[in-house]
Amino acid sequence: MPGFDFSNYNRNAALHARGVPLPKATSTGTTIVGCIYDGGVVIAADTRATSGPIVADKNCEKLHYISSNIWCAGAGTAADTEFTTSLISSQLELHSLSTGRKPRVVTCMTLLKQHLFRYQGHIGAYLVVAGVDPTGTHLFTVHAHGSTDKLPYVTMGSGSLAAMSVFETQWKAHLTQDEAVKLCADAIESGIWNDLGSGSNVDVAIITPEKTILKRNYIKPNERTQKLKSYVFPKGTTAVLNEKIIRKQDIGNFVTIHDLAEEAPAGGDKMEVDT
Amino acid sequence: MSMFSQNPLMNGPNYSFSETPRVGAPEGAREHRFDPYTDNGGSTLAIAGADFTIMAGDTRLTSGYSINSRFHRKVFKIGGTTTDQHDAHLVLSVVGFAADGEALMERVDAMCKMYRYRHGRPISVKACAQRLSTILYNKRFFPYYAYAILGGLDEEGKGAVYSYDPVGSYEREQCRAGGAAASLIMPFLDNQVNFKNQFIPGSGEGHALQERERRPLTRQEVEVLVKDAFDGAVERHIEVGDGLQMMVITNKGIEEIILPLKRD
Amino acid sequence: MDHRPQAWGRPRDDVYGAYDGSYLNHGGPKNATQSPVVTGTSVIALKFKDGVVMAADNLASYGSLARFTDVKRLHTFHNTTILGYGGDVSDMQFLSRLILQIELHQDYELEQLPDIKAQRGQEVMQANNLFTFLKKQMYHCRNHFDPLWNQILIAGFDDERKPFLSSVDLRGTSFSAPSLATGFGAALAQPIMRKYADTEEQAAKLTREEAVEIVKECMKVLFYRDARSLDRYSIAVVTKDGIDLKENEQLEKQSWAFAERIKGYGTQTV
Repeated sequence: MPGFDFSNYNRNAALHARGVPLPKATSTGTTIVGCIYDGGVVIAADTRATSGPIVADKNCEKLHYISSNIWCAGAGTAADTEFTTSLISSQLELHSLSTGRKPRVVTCMTLLKQHLFRYQGHIGAYLVVAGVDPTGTHLFTVHAHGSTDKLPYVTMGSGSLAAMSVFETQWKAHLTQDEAVKLCADAIESGIWNDLGSGSNVDVAIITPEKTILKRNYIKPNERTQKLKSYVFPKGTTAVLNEKIIRKQDIGNFVTIHDLAEEAPAGGDKMEVDT
Repeated sequence: MSMFSQNPLMNGPNYSFSETPRVGAPEGAREHRFDPYTDNGGSTLAIAGADFTIMAGDTRLTSGYSINSRFHRKVFKIGGTTTDQHDAHLVLSVVGFAADGEALMERVDAMCKMYRYRHGRPISVKACAQRLSTILYNKRFFPYYAYAILGGLDEEGKGAVYSYDPVGSYEREQCRAGGAAASLIMPFLDNQVNFKNQFIPGSGEGHALQERERRPLTRQEVEVLVKDAFDGAVERHIEVGDGLQMMVITNKGIEEIILPLKRD
Repeated sequence: MDHRPQAWGRPRDDVYGAYDGSYLNHGGPKNATQSPVVTGTSVIALKFKDGVVMAADNLASYGSLARFTDVKRLHTFHNTTILGYGGDVSDMQFLSRLILQIELHQDYELEQLPDIKAQRGQEVMQANNLFTFLKKQMYHCRNHFDPLWNQILIAGFDDERKPFLSSVDLRGTSFSAPSLATGFGAALAQPIMRKYADTEEQAAKLTREEAVEIVKECMKVLFYRDARSLDRYSIAVVTKDGIDLKENEQLEKQSWAFAERIKGYGTQTV
């Protein structure tokens, strides 16, 4: 059987009934928006991921690739948005290969809503789906329970009201690309300042019939405040209670060792270190 | 359209992650009760020096995911003779449920004023600290949901910090962080104020290594630590931000410093 | 026939069952807990150079029913202070009567003691004083587990004659800011007002006309997106010259242009 493994369900339900809470998931308690303009569509997102009141990631990516002409902004449970979008992305690619046509936004939206409806809201993915295909420019929202909406401007996430207040005061029909980008960025910023679940930077994606332009960290209004003092410790500050040396050739008996190149491909951002 | 369905404010707690099911309640019966408490977020911090005490708090007031105010004080001068507290000699910081915090602050302030009226001299930090403990414990079964820290100068002129739990357990300390980001700030303070986990390099082997000797910090050093502590907390805690309010208590009086913090 | 006097005039037990007198038992703990019934939605307010502007719509909802469409939720005190009530309407009326008593009492006091009047001017109680009273009242009620289910905005001037704006809720939590909003307004209107007046300095630069315009814009957004709102509203401006209260305003220049090209919610195209 393909799909999820439910073998722990009964055990977890029993634990839950006895008062054990489920583990906390990282949520992108987020502001995401989208807006159609004459000639394409823009989607944008903030970059804060939270776990309860703690910021789990200050610069995460909430704009997900579906296909070259379709992108998705995700709010809700981080893992669910990540896996749902990549699953549908792969299905859409196979569908596109088998039909020999470019993927359509409505297809993507329908796959998403059918997938999410099947799981009755337990997959906590709240998505803004945007794209351009041979039938035109499209913008949808898809909720975790499977309902969808089609509007010229949409917002989602905990900052959806703050963002919507910007659209409701400044949106007009027939926007230019620059106006649409500005409007979306302003809406995200409204979420960043007014909603505690949103913060850090603004990511923007502009989708046109020709190409998609992803503007990662389009606006960075929250650079880290410089520390007033250096917190470097002299070497040897930490007590060493026990020392055991294992040499490379000894470990080599159990595992294969590859020497990494000097410029090892660093996944993610560099760690902040005092100098 | 369930546009706001993942906003905890609009929706109430969800099934799985934050709440556990109520056991024993009959099927369909839901208890509806007024909850007299809320958590208004924010964080406080106090450090005692050789001849000064610094009390600090951020100025953000939150409920749920929204910011109620970007400038709401948590650190108060108390025990002065007038409402403007120009001649106050004690500082009280409160964090937790703001209404309880303010009610507590007003009671302690009134108590200090009564003491001055009856004894003809200002109350000592030690006496005020003891009285604050009893005020908190008096409401043991309907507590003031507030984490209080009292700061001042003791009889010898040394900096004094007293920290409390909501029901009146208290202790004099060198430094203490309270509120939302307390668990983020306190380890930093242990390391930087009391030099915990710091040893003198090369002074011995393993357990024989000598601990770095404690020395009283200067006012400038402490101000830097406070600002850096809050800048760090703002980065990682969503309920901390907007402004930093610092009260510096010396024998010359109390100086208030307001600095900006990040607002996202 | 039952001849016992305690059964006279009562429905017959053999027909209606034994009388349930449990509601008369006062032995147990008092059950004062409640929840709001008829409610008002957002109140919004914004400070400007020489005063404060406040607005609230004229609707009182009964759950999702738009029950009363002509309820005034902005009240005045001594022509110097505006009170805006969100939440339960009956609790609003209780508080309103309480405050009216204070107002009348002060009027009589001033009448009888002309020297106080000369000394302190006409208005003895400023907005901040009334606010302190209200804050204590709300906190007192929450301490007795009998809350007044409201969030209230108070606007006027403080003792130093500077514009004053504060909020207090059913738990006695109080705070103040250049702009304030209750209920849905906290999520929808605050971001708009903060764009113009995030700090006291920015608010002190706003003119009366600008402030009124911003607040009207907020009322429009609230009507678009708050399902418990109405397009008839009250708006009040307090300055040193007194209060200008309009209680029957109609939302103007609404735009529903976005609706033009919407067809369906998904795959529908015609």
